[in-house]
Amino acid sequence: MSKSISSARADFPILNTQINGNPLVYLDSGATSQKPQCVIDAVCDYYTHTNSNIHRGNYTLSTRATEAHEAARKRIQNYINAAHDYELIFTRGTTEAINLVAFSFGEAFIQPGDEIIVSQMEHHSNFVPWQLLCQRKGAIFKLLPFDEQGELQLDVFQELLSSKTRLVALNHVSNSLGTVNPLEKIIPMAHAAGAAVLVDAAQSVQHIEHDVQALDCDFYAFSGHKMYGPTGIGVLYGKESWLEKLPPFQSGGDMIDYVSLDKTTFNKLPFKFEAGTPNIAGAIGLAAAIDYLNGFNYADLKAYEDELLAYSREKLGAIKDLTIYGNAKRCSSILPFNVEGIHHYDLGILLDTYGIAVRTGQHCTQPIMDRLGIDGTVRASLALYNNKTDIDALAEGILRAKKMLRK
Amino acid sequence: MTSINEAQKQIIEDFKLLPAWSDKYSYLIELGQELVPMNPDLKTEENLVKGCQSNIWFHTRCDDGILILEADSDSLIVKGIASMLVKVLSGHSPQEVLDANLTFIDTIGMRQHLSSQRSNGLMAMLEHIRNFASECTD
Repeated sequence: MSKSISSARADFPILNTQINGNPLVYLDSGATSQKPQCVIDAVCDYYTHTNSNIHRGNYTLSTRATEAHEAARKRIQNYINAAHDYELIFTRGTTEAINLVAFSFGEAFIQPGDEIIVSQMEHHSNFVPWQLLCQRKGAIFKLLPFDEQGELQLDVFQELLSSKTRLVALNHVSNSLGTVNPLEKIIPMAHAAGAAVLVDAAQSVQHIEHDVQALDCDFYAFSGHKMYGPTGIGVLYGKESWLEKLPPFQSGGDMIDYVSLDKTTFNKLPFKFEAGTPNIAGAIGLAAAIDYLNGFNYADLKAYEDELLAYSREKLGAIKDLTIYGNAKRCSSILPFNVEGIHHYDLGILLDTYGIAVRTGQHCTQPIMDRLGIDGTVRASLALYNNKTDIDALAEGILRAKKMLRK
Repeated sequence: MTSINEAQKQIIEDFKLLPAWSDKYSYLIELGQELVPMNPDLKTEENLVKGCQSNIWFHTRCDDGILILEADSDSLIVKGIASMLVKVLSGHSPQEVLDANLTFIDTIGMRQHLSSQRSNGLMAMLEHIRNFASECTD
């Protein structure tokens, strides 16, 4: 029997907080989600009963910690339907996961004149590492543009692809437009040209389909803290065939097989890419978040979030002088907007005084703001614990703020 | 001329009458509207204070040993913050500005809103003013 989504709110203790004398209305889950009690308990329980270093200890506690850490990997593997648990590498988050590929893939496969295609709607963390790699290797950085609706231009993509394209990097869901990108079309197109595909799944893995084998992506990166897990833990999934060919990213303890003065050989997957003591509690907390998500029926969860986003667009769309950005055919969880004549920063500050947490600014996507010709937006982002009352509070807050800011 | 401390005291007294957040911000917006409009030619890259989500321009000049400040922002709230700094610091000697102990930021009850958030640029504005004041004392 699946859990009811409408009662999920009660699982998140922080949502009972009062902010500036008002109940918290948390609409910034795209930046970081709140944590259910079971995740908080899992981290606390680990430090209370299991804490010790993993993989090398020959005592009971270390064995328990190792087992818990590797069991976490297994549960995350099942969640994204990876073929093998050793295709999952623990990182600090999406940013580190992408940087790992930009470094290791770059070292092994990028030559001067090679091409990397990056979409125009990437978070800086899936933009700058590729830009730097191209500069380092003398490779060519190509931009896949999006259109007026906020959709990637697949006809342009087809033209950008060439026999020199080595890798395509893009998100599944845009953090500042909410567009769901059609990976089912993009990935086969890239593969047909012989290019690998890295998917930034930071805004999608907790909301929409997340089957890496069905997507057939080569790399898939996401963060724990945006999917109800702790901060400081993330995952890079890579196909075994790629990971075996890539050199290590960072070096140190745990990632080695044999070290001598002349030569070091490396540990097997995934440990080759996990230098140093990992975030053990983070991995266990992330697995608890995945267990929590698995408690819901996936189709119900998606339908609930889609309906809430549609309600938000309708409710905010009815406010005079309010512009919603991004009108792609398929959107998920993100609602960016501005009110004419009001600076996004002022609106965000006043909403905070009513207890409403939204994000304002460029959302680490300056190329998107440049394309839209604006200097920022207010962004409301939804999670499974939000409901229509939150959206009503947001709409009412915008109207109150408008009165104060437009005298 | 009101001293820096007297100007601060006045702001503190005004904010004491405004316990609700919305009233504090309304007042801040009013303060911003009291700023003398800035000549658009002064909105240069050099006068732009970095470190805020909105644009803030501070034009600083030294007239006969007196520091004169003008400010503008495209955010009404940030303009209000800039207006408080102009009220307190403009019209004093660079040394007085450098020696000023700006207690009003902590005492008007908006410390967490004003001084700890990078996004409003308060600290960057203060640094911009202090840098100019130091150059004037040289």
